[in-house]
Parts: sequence; C-alpha cells; structure tokens
Amino acid sequence: MQNTTVNSVGLSLNACIKCNICTSYCPVSEVTDSFPGPKYAAPQSERFRDFGHPYYEDDSGPISRPLAAGRMPDASVDYCSGCRVCNEVCPTGVRIAEINARARARIVAARGLSLRNRLLGRNELLGRMGSVAPGLANFALHNPLSRKLAASLFGVAEKAPLPRWHRETLNRWLARTRAQRLRSERKVIYFHGCATQYYEPFVGMAAILVLEHLGYEVIVPPQNCCGLPMLSNGEFGAAESYHRRNVARLAQYVNAGYPILGTSTSCTLTLKEEAPELLDLESDAGTRALKLATWDVFEWLRERLDQDQLPSDLRPLKQSDQPFILPYHAPCQLRAHRIGKPALDLLARIPNLDLRESQARCCGIAGTYGYKTEKYQIAMDVGRELFDYVASQANESDSDSRGPVSFTACDSETCRWQLEHGTGLPSRHPIELLAAAYGLYDLQARRPAGGN
Amino acid sequence: MKRMQTEILVIGGGATGTGVAWDAALRGFRTVLVEKRDLTHGTTGRYHGLLHSGARYVLKDPDSAVECISENRILRRTHTHCIEDTSGFFVVTPEDEDDYPDRFAAACRRLDVPCTEIPAASALRREPLLNPRISRVFELPDAAADSFLAAHATAQAARQAGATLLPYHELTRLHLSGGDGNRTLSGATILDTVSGEELHIDADLVINAAGAWSGHVAALADVEVKMILGKGVMLATNARLTNTVINRCKMPGDGDILVPIHTVTVIGTTDERVAEPEDLPIEQWEIDLMLTEGDKLVPGLSRTRILRAWAGVRPLYQETQLPGRPAQSENRAQSSKYPATKLPQDSRDATRALALLDHQQRDGLRGFITITGGKWTTFRLMAESAVDAACEQLGVSRPCRTADTPVPGVEQGHYWLGHRLNEVEDENLQSELVCECELVTRSMLEGAVQRNPTVTLDDLRRDVRLGMGPCQGGFCTYRAVGILHQLRAGNASSAAGEWNVAHMQSPAHHHRDSPTPEQQATASEPASVPTPQGDFRQRSAAVDPQAAVSQPNLLLRDFLQERWKGVAPILWGQQLRQERLDELIYLSILNADHLPVDDGESPLSSFYRSDSSISDLDR
Repeated sequence: MQNTTVNSVGLSLNACIKCNICTSYCPVSEVTDSFPGPKYAAPQSERFRDFGHPYYEDDSGPISRPLAAGRMPDASVDYCSGCRVCNEVCPTGVRIAEINARARARIVAARGLSLRNRLLGRNELLGRMGSVAPGLANFALHNPLSRKLAASLFGVAEKAPLPRWHRETLNRWLARTRAQRLRSERKVIYFHGCATQYYEPFVGMAAILVLEHLGYEVIVPPQNCCGLPMLSNGEFGAAESYHRRNVARLAQYVNAGYPILGTSTSCTLTLKEEAPELLDLESDAGTRALKLATWDVFEWLRERLDQDQLPSDLRPLKQSDQPFILPYHAPCQLRAHRIGKPALDLLARIPNLDLRESQARCCGIAGTYGYKTEKYQIAMDVGRELFDYVASQANESDSDSRGPVSFTACDSETCRWQLEHGTGLPSRHPIELLAAAYGLYDLQARRPAGGN
Repeated sequence: MKRMQTEILVIGGGATGTGVAWDAALRGFRTVLVEKRDLTHGTTGRYHGLLHSGARYVLKDPDSAVECISENRILRRTHTHCIEDTSGFFVVTPEDEDDYPDRFAAACRRLDVPCTEIPAASALRREPLLNPRISRVFELPDAAADSFLAAHATAQAARQAGATLLPYHELTRLHLSGGDGNRTLSGATILDTVSGEELHIDADLVINAAGAWSGHVAALADVEVKMILGKGVMLATNARLTNTVINRCKMPGDGDILVPIHTVTVIGTTDERVAEPEDLPIEQWEIDLMLTEGDKLVPGLSRTRILRAWAGVRPLYQETQLPGRPAQSENRAQSSKYPATKLPQDSRDATRALALLDHQQRDGLRGFITITGGKWTTFRLMAESAVDAACEQLGVSRPCRTADTPVPGVEQGHYWLGHRLNEVEDENLQSELVCECELVTRSMLEGAVQRNPTVTLDDLRRDVRLGMGPCQGGFCTYRAVGILHQLRAGNASSAAGEWNVAHMQSPAHHHRDSPTPEQQATASEPASVPTPQGDFRQRSAAVDPQAAVSQPNLLLRDFLQERWKGVAPILWGQQLRQERLDELIYLSILNADHLPVDDGESPLSSFYRSDSSISDLDR
C-alpha cells in the first residue's frame, strides 16, 4: 500500500501559480505540438486525473471506478521526456517531472506496457546478455538490417545512437587486475551503473584509478540497475524491486559509513531522489540511508578539493602551447542533483584547459526517450541547441586558429552518445579527463595508461 | 408597462424554482419563472454539491432521509450527466461515539438506505489520504452533483416543455385582490434589472420557490413565513483529496463532510442561524473550524492549499416552534468554544424535510403556494409537491411526470473527473483554452455568452466553470473580457448554432458529429408564450451580444471583485502567492483599478462588494 500523504509528490501541484515559466523553458514543447507543456501536463492535468492514487489498483469496492475501466483522461503526458528543466525553473517548487512520471505509470498500470518500452527499461538484462559474446552482439545489433528490423518491429529509432558492448565488462577487468588494486583503510564504494559495466567499462576504470590516486580503496560490490529506465517508462513495480535489491546489497557498506560514489548522474539521482520520491519510499529506512550515502563522484571529489586533499599533479591534456578547448554540457540529470556543476570545479584545475560551459537546456535524448521512433526527431530537435553550441565553439577556435575542438565532455552516458551522434565529435566523461590529467588514463584510446 | 399572462408564475431560479417550472410545464401549464439574478445565483450555486443518500439523516431526521434516498434513485436517471457517481463513505474516527455506527447501520436498514460495511483497510486503499486511524467504514450511494449544470438542464427541459424563464427579473410587488375570506393573488410586478423596465405578469397561481428569500416573497403577499436561515460556510481545496464523498459517522455537525466536486474537494459546513439571506460574513473561526474538523478526516488537510471560501444559506422551515430541547452535546461544546452568536434556536436542529405551505388553507389566500425547506437532493420532489398543490387549487388533476422524464443530456452518462481533459486531448483543443485551470475553451465561452445574457463574467463561471481553478481568474479574466469585447463588436466567430445547454460542460461539444436528439428538439422547440421581448434564452443565437454583454471594463472589475471576495478569507500560503501574482497582473500591469468605466455599476457590483470583510480591490 502506498504511503501517500497530502505532502506527497502529486500534491506539490498545489504550489503551482500558473505562471507558465516552465512552459516557456520546456525544450520539448518548443519543438513539438505533441507535448502541450509541463504546466498543462503536470499541475494542470493532474487535477483531472484520479488524484491520490499513485498506482490505481482495482479492489473489491462495489463501485466500478473510471480508471479501473482503463478510462485514462490523457495520453500527451507520454511526450514529456523527463528532462526536469521544468523543475529547475519552477519558482514555487512543483515536482513537475515527477508528477508526469507518475501519470505515465498510471497509464501503464491501466493499459499495459509495449514490448519496446519493456525492453528499453531492461538495460541491465540487455547488457548482460550482449556481454556474453560482445562481438556477436554488436554485429547482430549494429548492422543496418537489424536496425531497420528493430525500427519496424519494436519502434526503436533506426538512427538513434545505440551503444556497443565492450569486449570486457568492468567486473572482468576488476577480476583481471585484482593484484594491482589499492588496499587501504580509507574505502569508498563505486556504483557503476549498467552502461559502465557493459558498454563503457573504461569510465569506471578512470574513476577507480583517480580514487586510488587519492589513496582510497575502491570496493565494487554486486549491484543492480538503479531502476531509472523502468521509472521513465512507467514500470514502477519492476523499478521498485530493482531498487529494493540495491538497498539490500549496499546496506552493509552504507551502515559501515562508506560513501557510495557514482559516475552516472542518472543512477545517482535515482538512488538519491527519484526512486524514494516516485515509489513513495521516503520513509523506508534502508532507502533513506542509501539516499544520504550516495554521491555523484565529482560532488565527492569537490569535497576533497575543498579540504585540500586533492593531489596537485595535474598535467595539461595536450603537449601544446594552445589551450585545449573543451565544450562541457552539464546533463539535466546532474542539474537535478542541485549540487552545482562540480566537474567544472575539478576540471578547472587542469592546466591549459579552456572549458566552455554549455547553457543548452537538454541534449534531447533523456534516457530512453530519444530511442523511440516517434520521439527520435523530437530528441534531435531538442538537442539542436547543444549541437549548435558545440559547433560554434569549433568555429570560433578555427577563426583564431587556436586548434580544433577534439572532444566534448558530459557526465551522463546517453547524453554523451547523443552528443557524439549530433556533433560527430567524441565525447568523454569528465572523470576520464581528470584521470588523463593525472597521467593515469589514455584519453584517446579510452584505457588505463600503460595499456591495462 | 409590458404585460404577460400565464397560468403559473414561479418565483426563484434555483434548483427548486427550475424544478417547479419543469414540472408545471410538463403537466401542460403555461409557466413563467422569474429570478432576480442569474439562475443558481442563490443557495443552489453555493452548496457543497452532495447528492445525499439520506444516510446523514437516518437518525436525526428520518423523514428527510427517506426523501433523500428516494430522490437519489430518481435523479440518477433524470439528471445522470449532472452527477458523478463517486459513492460515499461514512467513517468512524477515534473521536466518534461508539454506539452511533451500529445505530446508524440499523437505521439505514430500517429506512431502506443501502449501506455496506467495508474493511477500513479497503477504504484506505481506495482513499489513501484518509485518516489511517479510522476504525469502521460504511459505503453508501452518496454522489457529487453539479448543481449549476443540473439547474440549466432542468431549465432547458422546462423551456422545451414550453416554459419561459426570465433571469435578471426581480419580483417587486404581488397583486392581491378581494377582502377577508376571499383574498386572491392575481399576479406580480417584475423589474427587468438589466433594462430597468417593468413587467406586469397576470398569473392564476404564484409558486414561491425563492428558497432563503421565501420569507421576503411571502411578505409581499402579507403572509408570514418564518424561515430558519442556516448559514453554511464551505471551503474548496486546490485539488481533490478524495474521490469518494466522505462523511463522519456521527450525528451531523460542523465540518464533517468532504465532497469531491469536479476538480476540488469541498469541506462543509458550518450552520449558523442568520437573520437575512444576504450579506453573509465569513468569520475566521468558521474557517478554522472547517480546517480543524477537515484534518480529522484527511490529516494535513489544513496545510493543503485552500482556493476559496464561500457561504450559502439553507432555507429551513419548521411550522411550529421547536420545543426547547437542549442542543446536541457536541454542538453545545462548539458553541461554548466560540463567541455566542447563535440564536437560541439552532438551525442544525431544524428539519431538512421539505415544507409545502398552501396559503389557501393556511392563510386564506388563494393562488399562492410556498415550497421551501428540503435539500438540493429533494428539489424534484419539492417541485412535485408544489405543483400537486397547485393542481388542487386550480381544480385540475394532472399527474406529475418528472420522475420518468430525463432532462436533455443524460445520454452522456455520469460525468467523471477526467471528462474535460479527455475531450481536450481527443480533439487537440489545448491551444483553445481560455481558462486553463478548468479547461474552458473559447467556443464553450462564446456559446454560453450567446445563449445567456451576460451581465457579469460570474454568469459564465456558473455556466462553464470559468475562473474556478487555482488562479481564481488570474489568467482567464482578461482573456474572457477580450473575447466578450469582440462579441460585442460583432466580429467574433459564432458557435451559437451548435451550442447546447446539455453539453455546456463539454470542451468538444462543437466537435460532436451530429446533432443529438435534444439539440434537434431545441431547434424545433414550439414557440412558447409570447413575451414582450421574446425569451432570449429560447433559441440559439437569440441573444444579441451587443445588447446582452455588459461593458468590458465593468465585466473585468466585477469579476475580479467577485473572485477576490472568496479568496480574501483564506489568504495565506500558496493562495496568497497566487493572489500576489494576480495582483501584479491586474493592478500593476493592467492598472485595473483605474480603468475608465462607462457605466460604473452593474446590477451586481454592490453585491460583490457588500460582504467582503477586507478592503476591496478598488482601494
């Protein structure tokens, strides 16, 4: 049963004063008529939904209720990408994106979930299956024929930037390099997330190398998908069981007082806020403890910086007189942490690095949103603002001949894939840049320095 | 002076009056109804919206309970689309008496009020915000009723049966003739409050259905009708807290009902005896009491956003003075806690059963009947009783047909919370919204204007819920005024031909494929009793907007003042923040307090100002 009170997410609609600031900032409603805007979809429409019933379950009540009969009043809410720009600009604190996520969950509860959305929500399972034989999996998924088939059969956008399985998962790398790992009294826990485990283990390697460079032993306990892809697709029941498993698996470390650090801003946001709020688990003791123990890796590194615990042996990323120009995009999911942009604070210590901070609202992909056929073009149109920004940095650098832009940086994996797709430039996690600046990591080849 | 002749003249355009006009017209009487303001401007438009199952009164007032359950069953057939089938819970909180629930259940059985006890856990699953400490729950066929829509639907049915309805027509004099023993009421003088013209109506019989104003109407016939006027204060929350009507399972008292009505929950009510039906102050203690009592049903209710407070007056009547029995202990406890403004006779103890006064038998005055007391739930039965008595006085025998005659629009089925959003989505009307909070489209507004004389925007609020949402007119007032200004200038597109009272709550009304049967019926309505200016509500597009729509600046000021009146008593927290934004829009950007106004007062300007305890917008 839900632990719903008048202070729950849904009732934050009470704070809405109809000012429409969210609507004027929404990157999605700006490019499509399919989404009437955050105010319309959340605080306004929520008053017309079956209020107070986060997931409606039919019960033995004698009256047949509208929602029990599948009478959902609206469908346009599904076009909310969940980027949370609305939450960011709302002057009165309405949890707009969360209200939309819940509304979508109620639609799913009443009408069921498409196979496509169920698959997109299962990235842990997909990751694990593909990593059995990464080469085969990549061939099977990434040839034009399969992409056409996936588009027509499942509605997975043909051109959307799907990741490639890496030949070695992060766990296998950890097992292989066990002897080289640092043992220390000072320990941190690393929450890698599915993308790092299966597609980009090098991001995890970079994080582990940096943390060890600071003198910390990095423990990588068994863990599950944070549940966000399921939350975004309205599959709350499954998300809850994944979340509860994580709470159980991480409990001993949380109780021992170790910080849980993540490189995926969306996974950490889910542990910190989305799962507790959307699943009404805020009063669950384990959820609360995990929420308080979870950090974005740069949020935690910034604390070390503030306490003068950061090694100062940072070197320029390129042996050249010209500054290394780096456009950086703080993903929506990171901004939703409300911790500023801690990666910038750290990257700013790297000599001769010319950081260019994007003010774009969103790259468009928003997790699984941009992978859906009907939403691919919306995601690309939303991302245009960011792609144009990156291109303008390159042009500027051409004109004063300071060297081309060779990379972009962004903390979130799907955003990096979208950035690469939209700009044609490689994109890196800021932790890769920091590891490279410490001389621990090869930024070009994306592997630990020295070939490990 | 213009003259009209009719068989039955009905005074009052609330639920009862429109019901009487409908009943009388169906029985073949030539019928005229006059209402001094807009239809439902009085108590009908100011009640909490509860279609009673009767359970509330099974122990305290069994006569009323029996009337309620019987009418509940009938109205679900005749006014289906005006009712949301919410069901109702009677819940036992830790504060409620131990033996009341069992006595309650037994009385429900005795009076044939269907009552099922359900597990408290099951009720909490359905209504997660309910007080988790409730111990027992009974489910009954209570429901929510849209009294605005119901009165309009009844009025349309009355017009289709030939009745003439004249809003903004105020009774000023009743014409008496004959001496003692042979006194007869023969007609009335009516003032058209918009044009200022007088109208003389000769009638065989006058039915006083003026509700809380019945005493005043009777006084014009030199007859004393001592009404017990019970003021009830109600609050609306920003959004629904429950989807089921919630009652405390105890002797009826203050603040023990929550009604989910459209997008809000209404908390009701107080019951304070007042001397006059107008100028009703809303006292701070009444607000506090509603919030304190509301918290017992939904913990935290007092901290949620309250949109508005208002007061209505119950037109209660008891022929004989109540014996001086003590008030209920809980009521006395409340009385001692708050300033003793209550008069000795507590209106909470007056019966809710209907009261029919045949003044021929009672006062020796022929041609005059008063129907009062009762509940909104029993308005049809009240009309039936009144017209039965009228038949008797007129010496004819014509059976009542209303119980088996659905009003126009019932084919839509019960309305449900999401119906407007659903239609807006299906027809992609998002960009057509004038009132975003309540999803009122431009064509709904234009249709209502062209069907009804629009003296104030408040008239449109009652028609289509304009301005009833969170911003309380903040964003729709200026839009609506602009649209009305265009209509006055005669260059707006007209949706009138397709607009229908039965679908006035429907954003997609003009997207419906083919005219529904009653739309066709409307189009071919028989020409009714000839009236001096014609019934301006009779036919589509019969209203000349240029004449019927007030001066736009005045519309704007009146509506802001009207909305302010209900917001002022609850001005704290989130609604205060909203009102500050609204203030910036109207006073800082639009300079609304310095608008040039051609004709400075509408018939309602002073009404909107009258009982606001805080200084008004015109400061």
